[in-house]
Amino acid sequence: MEEITFLKRKAVEIRMDLLTMIYNARTGHTGGSLSNTDILTVLYYKIMNIDPSNPNWDERDRYVQSKGHSVESLWAILADKGFFPKEELKTFSQFGSRLIGHPNNKVPGIEMNTGALGHGLPISVGMALAAKMDGKSYKVYTLMGDGEQAEGSVWEGAMAAAQYKLDNLIAIIDRNKLQITGSTEDVMALEPLPDKWRSFGWEVIEVDGHDVEQLVEVISHTPKVEGKPTMVIANTVKGKGISFAENVGAWHHHVPTKEEYDLAMDELSKQLEVLV
Amino acid sequence: MKNIALRPTKGNKIANRQAISKTLLELGRKNRDLLVLTSDSRGSASMVNFGEELPEQIVEVGIAEQNIVGIASGLAHSGKKPFVASPACFLSMRSIEQIKVDVAYSQTNVKLIGISGGVSYGALGMSHHSVQDLAVTRAIPGLDVMMPADRHEAKKMIEALVDYERPVYVRIGRNPVEDSYLSEDYEFEIGKAVTMNEGNDITIIAAGETVRVALDTADVLMSEGISCRVINMHTIKPLDEKAIIKAAKETGRIITIEEHSVYGGLGSAVSEVISQNYPVPVKILGIPDEPAITGNSKEVFNYYGLSVNNVSNLAKQMIDN
Repeated sequence: MEEITFLKRKAVEIRMDLLTMIYNARTGHTGGSLSNTDILTVLYYKIMNIDPSNPNWDERDRYVQSKGHSVESLWAILADKGFFPKEELKTFSQFGSRLIGHPNNKVPGIEMNTGALGHGLPISVGMALAAKMDGKSYKVYTLMGDGEQAEGSVWEGAMAAAQYKLDNLIAIIDRNKLQITGSTEDVMALEPLPDKWRSFGWEVIEVDGHDVEQLVEVISHTPKVEGKPTMVIANTVKGKGISFAENVGAWHHHVPTKEEYDLAMDELSKQLEVLV
Repeated sequence: MKNIALRPTKGNKIANRQAISKTLLELGRKNRDLLVLTSDSRGSASMVNFGEELPEQIVEVGIAEQNIVGIASGLAHSGKKPFVASPACFLSMRSIEQIKVDVAYSQTNVKLIGISGGVSYGALGMSHHSVQDLAVTRAIPGLDVMMPADRHEAKKMIEALVDYERPVYVRIGRNPVEDSYLSEDYEFEIGKAVTMNEGNDITIIAAGETVRVALDTADVLMSEGISCRVINMHTIKPLDEKAIIKAAKETGRIITIEEHSVYGGLGSAVSEVISQNYPVPVKILGIPDEPAITGNSKEVFNYYGLSVNNVSNLAKQMIDN
Protein backbone atom coordinates (compact mmCIF):
# COMPACT_ATOMS: atom_id res chain seq x y z
CA MET A 1 0.00 0.00 0.00
CA GLU A 2 1.16 3.48 -0.79
CA GLU A 3 2.55 5.26 2.26
CA ILE A 4 0.16 8.19 2.13
CA THR A 5 -2.83 5.87 1.91
CA PHE A 6 -1.46 3.90 4.83
CA LEU A 7 -1.24 7.10 6.89
CA LYS A 8 -4.74 8.17 5.90
CA ARG A 9 -6.15 4.76 6.84
CA LYS A 10 -4.25 4.84 10.10
CA ALA A 11 -5.71 8.23 10.98
CA VAL A 12 -9.24 6.92 10.44
CA GLU A 13 -8.54 3.85 12.56
CA ILE A 14 -7.16 6.06 15.33
CA ARG A 15 -10.32 8.16 15.18
CA MET A 16 -12.39 5.00 15.59
CA ASP A 17 -10.27 3.92 18.56
CA LEU A 18 -10.43 7.25 20.31
CA LEU A 19 -14.14 7.60 19.79
CA THR A 20 -14.68 4.16 21.25
CA MET A 21 -12.50 5.03 24.24
CA ILE A 22 -14.45 8.20 24.92
CA TYR A 23 -17.81 6.49 24.35
CA ASN A 24 -16.97 3.71 26.79
CA ALA A 25 -15.40 5.96 29.41
CA ARG A 26 -18.22 8.50 29.12
CA THR A 27 -15.61 11.27 29.27
CA GLY A 28 -12.99 12.85 27.03
CA HIS A 29 -12.00 15.73 24.80
CA THR A 30 -13.51 14.53 21.57
CA GLY A 31 -13.26 17.57 19.31
CA GLY A 32 -9.59 18.34 19.94
CA SER A 33 -8.49 14.74 19.69
CA LEU A 34 -10.19 14.47 16.31
CA SER A 35 -8.56 17.69 15.12
CA ASN A 36 -5.03 16.61 16.06
CA THR A 37 -5.30 13.00 14.82
CA ASP A 38 -3.77 13.56 11.39
CA ILE A 39 -0.88 15.57 12.84
CA LEU A 40 -0.10 12.88 15.42
CA THR A 41 -0.44 10.11 12.86
CA VAL A 42 2.12 11.79 10.61
CA LEU A 43 4.49 12.38 13.53
CA TYR A 44 4.27 8.87 14.97
CA TYR A 45 4.07 6.78 11.79
CA LYS A 46 6.30 8.80 9.50
CA ILE A 47 8.40 11.55 11.04
CA MET A 48 9.65 10.70 14.49
CA ASN A 49 12.61 8.51 15.21
CA ILE A 50 11.31 6.37 18.07
CA ASP A 51 11.53 2.80 19.27
CA PRO A 52 8.51 1.46 21.17
CA SER A 53 10.62 -1.42 22.50
CA ASN A 54 13.08 1.10 23.95
CA PRO A 55 10.98 4.12 24.88
CA ASN A 56 13.80 5.89 26.73
CA TRP A 57 16.33 5.45 23.95
CA ASP A 58 18.75 8.34 24.27
CA GLU A 59 18.65 9.42 20.64
CA ARG A 60 14.88 9.33 20.23
CA ASP A 61 12.94 12.31 18.99
CA ARG A 62 10.89 13.86 21.78
CA TYR A 63 7.20 14.64 21.65
CA VAL A 64 5.61 16.92 24.23
CA GLN A 65 1.86 17.37 24.00
CA SER A 66 1.29 20.76 25.49
CA LYS A 67 -2.45 20.64 24.78
CA GLY A 68 -2.59 17.70 27.09
CA HIS A 69 -6.36 17.39 27.20
CA SER A 70 -6.57 16.05 23.64
CA VAL A 71 -4.83 12.89 24.78
CA GLU A 72 -7.19 10.23 23.45
CA SER A 73 -5.64 10.16 19.97
CA LEU A 74 -2.22 9.92 21.59
CA TRP A 75 -3.22 6.97 23.79
CA ALA A 76 -4.67 5.19 20.76
CA ILE A 77 -1.48 5.76 18.77
CA LEU A 78 0.91 4.73 21.54
CA ALA A 79 -1.05 1.52 22.02
CA ASP A 80 -1.10 0.83 18.29
CA LYS A 81 2.66 1.46 18.10
CA GLY A 82 3.19 -1.07 20.87
CA PHE A 83 4.24 1.16 23.76
CA PHE A 84 1.62 -0.66 25.85
CA PRO A 85 -1.02 -3.33 25.13
CA LYS A 86 -3.98 -2.14 23.12
CA GLU A 87 -6.24 -3.94 25.55
CA GLU A 88 -5.32 -1.32 28.13
CA LEU A 89 -7.18 1.38 26.18
CA LYS A 90 -10.34 -0.05 27.77
CA THR A 91 -9.14 1.32 31.12
CA PHE A 92 -9.07 4.91 29.86
CA SER A 93 -10.17 7.24 32.67
CA GLN A 94 -11.26 4.30 34.84
CA PHE A 95 -10.47 4.10 38.55
CA GLY A 96 -6.74 3.63 39.10
CA SER A 97 -5.86 3.60 35.38
CA ARG A 98 -2.61 5.15 34.22
CA LEU A 99 -4.40 6.21 31.03
CA ILE A 100 -5.80 9.40 32.49
CA GLY A 101 -7.26 12.39 30.69
CA HIS A 102 -3.83 13.95 30.15
CA PRO A 103 -0.40 12.64 29.16
CA ASN A 104 1.07 10.74 32.08
CA ASN A 105 4.73 9.77 32.22
CA LYS A 106 3.95 6.54 34.03
CA VAL A 107 3.06 5.32 30.54
CA PRO A 108 5.94 4.33 28.24
CA GLY A 109 6.27 6.81 25.38
CA ILE A 110 5.16 9.82 27.41
CA GLU A 111 8.00 12.19 28.18
CA MET A 112 6.38 14.60 30.61
CA ASN A 113 3.17 15.11 32.52
CA THR A 114 1.33 17.89 30.74
CA GLY A 115 -2.15 19.32 30.86
CA ALA A 116 -1.69 22.72 32.44
CA LEU A 117 -1.63 24.85 29.30
CA GLY A 118 1.39 26.92 28.39
CA HIS A 119 3.90 24.47 29.86
CA GLY A 120 4.90 22.39 26.86
CA LEU A 121 6.92 24.96 24.96
CA PRO A 122 9.29 25.94 27.81
CA ILE A 123 9.79 22.23 28.58
CA SER A 124 10.56 21.57 24.92
CA VAL A 125 12.99 24.48 24.87
CA GLY A 126 14.86 22.78 27.72
CA MET A 127 14.95 19.47 25.86
CA ALA A 128 16.11 21.09 22.62
CA LEU A 129 18.74 23.11 24.47
CA ALA A 130 20.07 19.94 26.10
CA ALA A 131 20.40 18.34 22.65
CA LYS A 132 22.39 21.34 21.42
CA MET A 133 24.65 21.25 24.48
CA ASP A 134 25.33 17.55 24.01
CA GLY A 135 25.68 17.68 20.22
CA LYS A 136 22.81 15.24 19.79
CA SER A 137 20.74 15.18 16.63
CA TYR A 138 17.31 14.38 18.01
CA LYS A 139 14.46 16.80 17.43
CA VAL A 140 11.79 17.99 19.80
CA TYR A 141 8.19 18.24 18.65
CA THR A 142 5.51 19.96 20.66
CA LEU A 143 1.82 20.35 19.95
CA MET A 144 -0.06 23.33 21.29
CA GLY A 145 -3.68 24.35 21.09
CA ASP A 146 -4.77 27.63 19.59
CA GLY A 147 -6.70 28.68 22.70
CA GLU A 148 -3.50 27.93 24.58
CA GLN A 149 -1.80 30.82 22.78
CA ALA A 150 -3.35 33.18 25.32
CA GLU A 151 -1.04 31.79 28.01
CA GLY A 152 1.85 34.19 28.65
CA SER A 153 4.30 31.38 29.27
CA VAL A 154 3.95 30.31 25.61
CA TRP A 155 5.60 33.55 24.62
CA GLU A 156 8.30 33.26 27.24
CA GLY A 157 9.20 29.94 25.65
CA ALA A 158 8.96 31.49 22.17
CA MET A 159 11.54 34.13 23.08
CA ALA A 160 13.94 31.63 24.58
CA ALA A 161 13.73 29.26 21.59
CA ALA A 162 14.75 32.07 19.25
CA GLN A 163 17.42 33.37 21.63
CA TYR A 164 19.07 29.95 21.78
CA LYS A 165 18.62 29.35 18.01
CA LEU A 166 16.81 26.07 18.59
CA ASP A 167 16.33 24.84 15.03
CA ASN A 168 15.86 21.33 16.47
CA LEU A 169 12.54 22.46 17.95
CA ILE A 170 9.38 22.12 15.90
CA ALA A 171 6.21 23.46 17.45
CA ILE A 172 2.83 22.77 15.92
CA ILE A 173 -0.39 24.62 16.64
CA ASP A 174 -3.62 22.68 16.21
CA ARG A 175 -5.43 25.71 14.80
CA ASN A 176 -9.01 24.49 14.97
CA LYS A 177 -10.29 27.99 15.78
CA LEU A 178 -12.56 26.88 18.59
CA GLN A 179 -12.07 26.77 22.31
CA ILE A 180 -14.46 25.75 25.04
CA THR A 181 -16.26 29.10 25.19
CA GLY A 182 -16.46 29.65 21.43
CA SER A 183 -14.39 31.06 18.58
CA THR A 184 -10.79 31.84 19.49
CA GLU A 185 -11.19 35.21 17.80
CA ASP A 186 -14.14 36.08 20.04
CA VAL A 187 -12.63 34.78 23.24
CA MET A 188 -9.16 36.33 22.82
CA ALA A 189 -8.20 37.19 19.29
CA LEU A 190 -5.03 35.50 18.04
CA GLU A 191 -4.72 36.81 14.52
CA PRO A 192 -2.47 37.68 12.89
CA LEU A 193 -1.01 34.56 14.51
CA PRO A 194 1.68 33.79 11.90
CA ASP A 195 2.97 37.35 12.15
CA LYS A 196 3.16 37.08 15.90
CA TRP A 197 5.36 34.01 15.70
CA ARG A 198 7.48 35.49 12.92
CA SER A 199 8.08 38.60 15.00
CA PHE A 200 9.29 36.34 17.82
CA GLY A 201 12.02 35.01 15.53
CA TRP A 202 10.43 31.78 14.35
CA GLU A 203 10.21 30.31 10.87
CA VAL A 204 6.46 29.96 10.34
CA ILE A 205 4.77 27.57 7.93
CA GLU A 206 1.02 27.22 7.50
CA VAL A 207 -0.43 23.88 6.46
CA ASP A 208 -3.72 22.09 6.13
CA GLY A 209 -3.60 20.02 9.29
CA HIS A 210 -5.69 17.26 7.74
CA ASP A 211 -3.72 16.99 4.49
CA VAL A 212 -1.47 14.08 5.36
CA GLU A 213 0.65 14.50 2.26
CA GLN A 214 1.26 18.16 3.00
CA LEU A 215 2.02 17.48 6.67
CA VAL A 216 4.61 14.89 5.71
CA GLU A 217 6.18 17.18 3.13
CA VAL A 218 6.40 20.17 5.45
CA ILE A 219 7.42 18.51 8.71
CA SER A 220 10.01 16.23 7.14
CA HIS A 221 11.77 19.30 5.74
CA THR A 222 12.22 21.11 9.01
CA PRO A 223 14.14 23.10 9.99
CA LYS A 224 13.82 25.15 6.87
CA VAL A 225 16.15 27.81 8.21
CA GLU A 226 19.26 26.98 10.16
CA GLY A 227 19.32 28.56 13.58
CA LYS A 228 15.59 29.22 13.75
CA PRO A 229 12.89 27.27 15.57
CA THR A 230 9.99 26.17 13.36
CA MET A 231 6.33 26.91 13.92
CA VAL A 232 3.87 24.85 11.92
CA ILE A 233 0.42 26.38 12.10
CA ALA A 234 -1.83 23.49 11.17
CA ASN A 235 -5.26 24.69 10.12
CA THR A 236 -7.66 22.07 11.37
CA VAL A 237 -11.31 21.36 11.96
CA LYS A 238 -12.44 20.61 15.48
CA GLY A 239 -14.30 17.30 15.42
CA LYS A 240 -12.73 16.36 12.07
CA GLY A 241 -13.92 13.14 10.50
CA ILE A 242 -17.41 13.04 12.00
CA SER A 243 -19.72 15.22 9.95
CA PHE A 244 -22.00 16.27 12.76
CA ALA A 245 -19.14 17.04 15.15
CA GLU A 246 -17.09 19.16 12.78
CA ASN A 247 -16.75 22.81 13.80
CA VAL A 248 -19.23 22.36 16.64
CA GLY A 249 -17.88 23.92 19.81
CA ALA A 250 -19.94 21.69 22.09
CA TRP A 251 -17.92 18.68 20.89
CA HIS A 252 -14.92 20.07 22.83
CA HIS A 253 -15.74 17.47 25.43
CA HIS A 254 -19.04 16.13 24.28
CA VAL A 255 -19.41 12.40 24.81
CA PRO A 256 -21.35 10.72 21.98
CA THR A 257 -24.69 9.11 22.68
CA LYS A 258 -25.28 5.56 21.44
CA GLU A 259 -26.89 6.89 18.28
CA GLU A 260 -24.13 9.41 17.66
CA TYR A 261 -21.49 6.78 18.28
CA ASP A 262 -23.04 4.32 15.83
CA LEU A 263 -23.47 7.01 13.20
CA ALA A 264 -19.91 8.24 13.67
CA MET A 265 -18.42 4.75 13.47
CA ASP A 266 -20.43 4.14 10.33
CA GLU A 267 -19.07 7.33 8.75
CA LEU A 268 -15.52 6.41 9.70
CA SER A 269 -15.95 2.87 8.33
CA LYS A 270 -17.05 4.34 5.02
CA GLN A 271 -13.96 6.57 4.97
CA LEU A 272 -11.82 3.48 5.42
CA GLU A 273 -13.57 1.61 2.60
CA VAL A 274 -12.48 4.15 0.01
CA LEU A 275 -8.89 4.28 1.22
CA VAL A 276 -7.29 1.41 -0.63
CA MET B 1 30.62 22.71 82.26
CA LYS B 2 29.27 20.10 79.91
CA ASN B 3 26.47 22.25 78.60
CA ILE B 4 28.41 25.40 77.89
CA ALA B 5 28.70 25.23 74.16
CA LEU B 6 31.36 26.75 72.04
CA ARG B 7 29.63 29.02 69.54
CA PRO B 8 31.02 30.38 66.30
CA THR B 9 32.19 33.97 66.62
CA LYS B 10 29.84 36.60 65.25
CA GLY B 11 30.55 38.77 62.25
CA ASN B 12 30.48 36.33 59.35
CA LYS B 13 30.46 38.25 56.09
CA ILE B 14 29.79 35.38 53.69
CA ALA B 15 26.19 34.99 52.57
CA ASN B 16 24.72 31.56 51.92
CA ARG B 17 24.30 32.45 48.26
CA GLN B 18 28.05 32.99 48.01
CA ALA B 19 28.75 29.66 49.66
CA ILE B 20 26.32 27.98 47.28
CA SER B 21 27.79 29.64 44.21
CA LYS B 22 31.32 28.66 45.22
CA THR B 23 30.23 25.08 45.83
CA LEU B 24 28.38 24.87 42.52
CA LEU B 25 31.43 26.23 40.71
CA GLU B 26 33.66 23.60 42.29
CA LEU B 27 31.19 20.84 41.43
CA GLY B 28 30.47 22.28 37.99
CA ARG B 29 34.12 22.11 36.99
CA LYS B 30 33.97 18.34 37.46
CA ASN B 31 30.50 17.78 36.04
CA ARG B 32 29.59 19.35 32.73
CA ASP B 33 25.94 18.35 33.18
CA LEU B 34 25.64 20.63 36.19
CA LEU B 35 23.89 23.78 35.00
CA VAL B 36 22.88 27.02 36.66
CA LEU B 37 19.80 28.83 35.35
CA THR B 38 19.20 32.47 36.13
CA SER B 39 16.34 34.88 35.45
CA ASP B 40 18.37 38.08 35.16
CA SER B 41 19.41 37.10 38.66
CA ARG B 42 23.04 36.08 38.31
CA GLY B 43 24.18 39.10 40.33
CA SER B 44 21.75 38.62 43.17
CA ALA B 45 22.45 34.88 43.12
CA SER B 46 26.24 35.53 43.26
CA MET B 47 26.58 33.54 40.05
CA VAL B 48 28.72 36.02 38.10
CA ASN B 49 31.92 34.05 38.74
CA PHE B 50 30.21 30.80 37.80
CA GLY B 51 29.05 32.33 34.51
CA GLU B 52 32.47 33.74 33.73
CA GLU B 53 34.33 30.52 34.38
CA LEU B 54 31.72 28.09 33.03
CA PRO B 55 29.83 30.06 30.35
CA GLU B 56 28.58 26.88 28.71
CA GLN B 57 26.96 25.81 31.96
CA ILE B 58 24.90 28.87 32.74
CA VAL B 59 21.55 29.41 31.05
CA GLU B 60 20.06 32.89 31.16
CA VAL B 61 16.32 33.03 30.53
CA GLY B 62 15.65 36.69 31.26
CA ILE B 63 12.94 37.86 33.61
CA ALA B 64 10.65 34.89 33.06
CA GLU B 65 10.15 32.67 36.08
CA GLN B 66 7.61 30.34 34.51
CA ASN B 67 10.01 29.80 31.65
CA ILE B 68 13.01 29.17 33.89
CA VAL B 69 11.27 26.29 35.63
CA GLY B 70 9.85 24.82 32.42
CA ILE B 71 13.23 24.97 30.69
CA ALA B 72 14.95 23.48 33.74
CA SER B 73 12.55 20.55 33.71
CA GLY B 74 13.22 19.93 30.01
CA LEU B 75 16.96 20.05 30.65
CA ALA B 76 16.67 17.69 33.61
CA HIS B 77 14.54 15.33 31.57
CA SER B 78 17.45 15.15 29.13
CA GLY B 79 19.96 14.22 31.83
CA LYS B 80 21.18 17.63 32.93
CA LYS B 81 21.41 18.70 36.56
CA PRO B 82 19.86 22.15 36.57
CA PHE B 83 20.06 24.45 39.59
CA VAL B 84 17.61 27.30 39.19
CA ALA B 85 18.67 30.43 41.09
CA SER B 86 15.88 32.97 41.15
CA PRO B 87 14.36 35.22 43.83
CA ALA B 88 12.24 33.12 46.17
CA CYS B 89 9.37 35.60 46.03
CA PHE B 90 8.93 35.06 42.28
CA LEU B 91 10.13 31.49 41.98
CA SER B 92 7.77 30.18 44.63
CA MET B 93 4.76 32.16 43.43
CA ARG B 94 4.94 33.08 39.73
CA SER B 95 6.18 29.70 38.70
CA ILE B 96 4.47 27.55 41.29
CA GLU B 97 2.40 25.73 38.66
CA GLN B 98 5.53 24.79 36.71
CA ILE B 99 7.05 23.62 39.99
CA LYS B 100 3.98 21.54 40.76
CA VAL B 101 3.52 20.02 37.31
CA ASP B 102 6.79 20.11 35.36
CA VAL B 103 9.07 19.44 38.33
CA ALA B 104 7.22 17.66 41.13
CA TYR B 105 4.54 15.76 39.19
CA SER B 106 6.83 14.81 36.31
CA GLN B 107 9.64 14.10 38.82
CA THR B 108 12.34 15.95 36.93
CA ASN B 109 15.63 16.34 38.73
CA VAL B 110 15.44 20.10 39.18
CA LYS B 111 16.92 21.96 42.13
CA LEU B 112 15.16 25.22 42.84
CA ILE B 113 17.18 27.73 44.84
CA GLY B 114 14.94 30.50 46.10
CA ILE B 115 17.37 33.34 46.73
CA SER B 116 16.78 36.49 48.79
CA GLY B 117 14.04 34.62 50.61
CA GLY B 118 11.91 35.51 53.62
CA VAL B 119 12.18 39.19 54.48
CA SER B 120 15.68 39.60 52.99
CA TYR B 121 14.36 42.35 50.74
CA GLY B 122 13.03 44.06 53.86
CA ALA B 123 12.39 47.57 52.61
CA LEU B 124 11.13 46.52 49.18
CA GLY B 125 7.77 45.49 50.54
CA MET B 126 5.46 42.51 50.41
CA SER B 127 5.85 41.99 46.64
CA HIS B 128 9.47 41.01 47.33
CA HIS B 129 8.99 39.08 50.54
CA SER B 130 8.56 35.32 50.42
CA VAL B 131 7.01 34.21 53.65
CA GLN B 132 4.54 31.81 52.05
CA ASP B 133 7.02 29.69 50.13
CA LEU B 134 7.38 26.91 52.70
CA ALA B 135 3.60 26.61 53.02
CA VAL B 136 3.13 26.32 49.28
CA THR B 137 6.05 24.06 48.43
CA ARG B 138 5.45 21.81 51.43
CA ALA B 139 1.99 20.92 50.13
CA ILE B 140 3.26 19.67 46.78
CA PRO B 141 3.85 15.92 46.68
CA GLY B 142 7.19 14.85 45.31
CA LEU B 143 9.00 18.05 46.23
CA ASP B 144 11.46 18.27 49.12
CA VAL B 145 11.98 21.54 50.97
CA MET B 146 15.19 22.69 52.66
CA MET B 147 16.73 25.70 54.36
CA PRO B 148 20.40 25.83 55.33
CA ALA B 149 21.24 27.51 58.62
CA ASP B 150 24.52 29.06 57.57
CA ARG B 151 27.28 29.01 54.96
CA HIS B 152 28.71 25.71 56.20
CA GLU B 153 25.37 23.99 55.93
CA ALA B 154 24.66 25.65 52.59
CA LYS B 155 27.82 24.07 51.20
CA LYS B 156 27.11 20.65 52.62
CA MET B 157 23.51 20.78 51.43
CA ILE B 158 24.49 21.60 47.85
CA GLU B 159 27.11 18.84 47.86
CA ALA B 160 24.43 16.41 49.00
CA LEU B 161 21.92 17.65 46.43
CA VAL B 162 24.10 17.20 43.37
CA ASP B 163 23.63 13.46 43.45
CA TYR B 164 20.18 13.50 45.02
CA GLU B 165 17.84 12.61 42.17
CA ARG B 166 14.72 14.32 43.43
CA PRO B 167 13.13 17.73 42.99
CA VAL B 168 14.06 20.08 45.82
CA TYR B 169 13.22 23.65 46.78
CA VAL B 170 15.95 25.32 48.82
CA ARG B 171 15.31 28.67 50.40
CA ILE B 172 18.14 30.99 51.36
CA GLY B 173 18.40 34.62 52.41
CA ARG B 174 20.26 37.47 50.78
CA ASN B 175 22.52 38.74 53.53
CA PRO B 176 25.37 37.14 55.44
CA VAL B 177 24.01 34.97 58.26
CA GLU B 178 25.78 34.49 61.54
CA ASP B 179 27.36 31.06 61.63
CA SER B 180 25.57 28.37 63.54
CA TYR B 181 28.24 25.73 62.96
CA LEU B 182 31.87 26.08 63.95
CA SER B 183 32.95 24.40 60.73
CA GLU B 184 31.86 21.95 58.08
CA ASP B 185 32.96 19.14 60.33
CA TYR B 186 29.59 17.60 61.13
CA GLU B 187 27.32 15.07 59.55
CA PHE B 188 24.69 16.46 57.20
CA GLU B 189 21.96 14.13 56.06
CA ILE B 190 18.90 15.14 54.06
CA GLY B 191 15.78 14.65 56.18
CA LYS B 192 17.65 14.28 59.44
CA ALA B 193 17.46 17.19 61.86
CA VAL B 194 20.59 18.29 63.69
CA THR B 195 20.43 18.69 67.45
CA MET B 196 22.61 21.74 67.89
CA ASN B 197 22.26 21.96 71.63
CA GLU B 198 21.20 19.31 74.10
CA GLY B 199 18.55 20.16 76.66
CA ASN B 200 15.67 18.75 78.68
CA ASP B 201 13.47 21.65 79.81
CA ILE B 202 12.26 22.96 76.48
CA THR B 203 13.02 22.62 72.77
CA ILE B 204 13.41 25.33 70.18
CA ILE B 205 13.03 24.14 66.61
CA ALA B 206 14.39 26.51 64.00
CA ALA B 207 15.46 26.56 60.36
CA GLY B 208 17.57 28.88 58.25
CA GLU B 209 18.56 32.20 59.76
CA THR B 210 16.63 31.61 62.96
CA VAL B 211 18.89 28.74 64.01
CA ARG B 212 21.48 31.13 65.37
CA VAL B 213 18.74 33.02 67.25
CA ALA B 214 17.73 29.70 68.81
CA LEU B 215 21.30 28.89 69.82
CA ASP B 216 21.86 32.30 71.38
CA THR B 217 18.55 31.91 73.22
CA ALA B 218 19.66 28.55 74.57
CA ASP B 219 22.85 30.13 75.87
CA VAL B 220 20.91 32.86 77.67
CA LEU B 221 18.56 30.28 79.17
CA MET B 222 21.51 28.16 80.21
CA SER B 223 22.91 31.05 82.20
CA GLU B 224 19.60 31.12 84.06
CA GLY B 225 19.67 27.42 84.74
CA ILE B 226 17.29 26.32 81.98
CA SER B 227 18.36 23.52 79.73
CA CYS B 228 17.14 24.21 76.19
CA ARG B 229 17.37 21.82 73.29
CA VAL B 230 17.90 23.36 69.86
CA ILE B 231 16.94 21.46 66.75
CA ASN B 232 17.97 22.69 63.33
CA MET B 233 15.27 21.47 60.97
CA HIS B 234 17.23 22.10 57.77
CA THR B 235 14.91 19.76 55.89
CA ILE B 236 11.33 20.92 56.24
CA LYS B 237 10.20 18.07 54.02
CA PRO B 238 10.64 15.16 54.45
CA LEU B 239 10.31 16.18 58.06
CA ASP B 240 12.32 14.45 60.77
CA GLU B 241 9.26 13.44 62.79
CA LYS B 242 11.27 11.24 65.14
CA ALA B 243 13.35 14.16 66.35
CA ILE B 244 10.20 16.19 66.98
CA ILE B 245 8.40 13.44 68.89
CA LYS B 246 11.52 12.71 70.90
CA ALA B 247 11.81 16.39 71.82
CA ALA B 248 8.15 16.47 72.87
CA LYS B 249 8.62 13.43 75.08
CA GLU B 250 11.87 14.54 76.63
CA THR B 251 11.35 18.29 77.02
CA GLY B 252 7.55 18.65 77.13
CA ARG B 253 7.44 22.09 75.45
CA ILE B 254 8.32 23.33 72.01
CA ILE B 255 8.88 26.74 70.45
CA THR B 256 9.30 27.06 66.71
CA ILE B 257 10.90 30.11 65.12
CA GLU B 258 10.90 30.79 61.43
CA GLU B 259 11.30 33.53 58.86
CA HIS B 260 7.95 32.66 57.35
CA SER B 261 4.26 33.23 57.87
CA VAL B 262 2.94 31.61 61.03
CA TYR B 263 0.61 29.79 58.67
CA GLY B 264 1.82 26.69 56.92
CA GLY B 265 5.54 26.73 57.61
CA LEU B 266 7.85 25.09 60.14
CA GLY B 267 5.53 25.76 63.09
CA SER B 268 2.62 24.21 61.27
CA ALA B 269 4.68 21.22 60.24
CA VAL B 270 5.87 20.64 63.80
CA SER B 271 2.33 21.09 65.17
CA GLU B 272 0.96 18.53 62.72
CA VAL B 273 3.38 15.99 64.13
CA ILE B 274 2.94 16.94 67.77
CA SER B 275 -0.86 17.07 67.76
CA GLN B 276 -1.16 13.64 66.23
CA ASN B 277 1.60 11.87 68.10
CA TYR B 278 2.47 13.37 71.46
CA PRO B 279 0.57 16.56 72.29
CA VAL B 280 2.55 19.09 74.29
CA PRO B 281 2.35 22.90 74.30
CA VAL B 282 3.75 24.45 71.10
CA LYS B 283 4.32 28.15 70.43
CA ILE B 284 4.82 29.29 66.87
CA LEU B 285 6.91 32.38 66.23
CA GLY B 286 7.09 33.81 62.74
CA ILE B 287 5.73 36.59 60.58
CA PRO B 288 2.07 37.25 61.43
CA ASP B 289 -0.64 37.31 58.78
CA GLU B 290 0.03 40.85 57.59
CA PRO B 291 2.30 42.59 55.08
CA ALA B 292 5.58 42.63 56.99
CA ILE B 293 6.80 45.94 58.39
CA THR B 294 9.57 47.80 56.56
CA GLY B 295 13.11 47.29 57.76
CA ASN B 296 16.19 45.17 57.38
CA SER B 297 15.99 41.51 58.35
CA LYS B 298 17.25 42.09 61.86
CA GLU B 299 14.81 44.92 62.51
CA VAL B 300 11.93 42.85 61.15
CA PHE B 301 12.98 39.83 63.22
CA ASN B 302 13.13 41.95 66.36
CA TYR B 303 9.79 43.58 65.66
CA TYR B 304 8.05 40.24 65.35
CA GLY B 305 9.78 38.70 68.32
CA LEU B 306 12.20 36.45 66.46
CA SER B 307 14.81 37.65 68.91
CA VAL B 308 16.81 36.18 71.75
CA ASN B 309 15.05 38.43 74.23
CA ASN B 310 11.54 37.49 73.19
CA VAL B 311 12.18 33.79 72.66
CA SER B 312 13.90 33.41 76.01
CA ASN B 313 11.05 35.22 77.79
CA LEU B 314 8.53 33.00 76.06
CA ALA B 315 10.50 29.91 77.04
CA LYS B 316 10.51 30.97 80.68
CA GLN B 317 6.75 31.64 80.60
CA MET B 318 6.10 28.22 79.15
CA ILE B 319 8.24 26.58 81.79
CA ASP B 320 6.57 28.57 84.60
CA ASN B 321 3.15 27.47 83.39
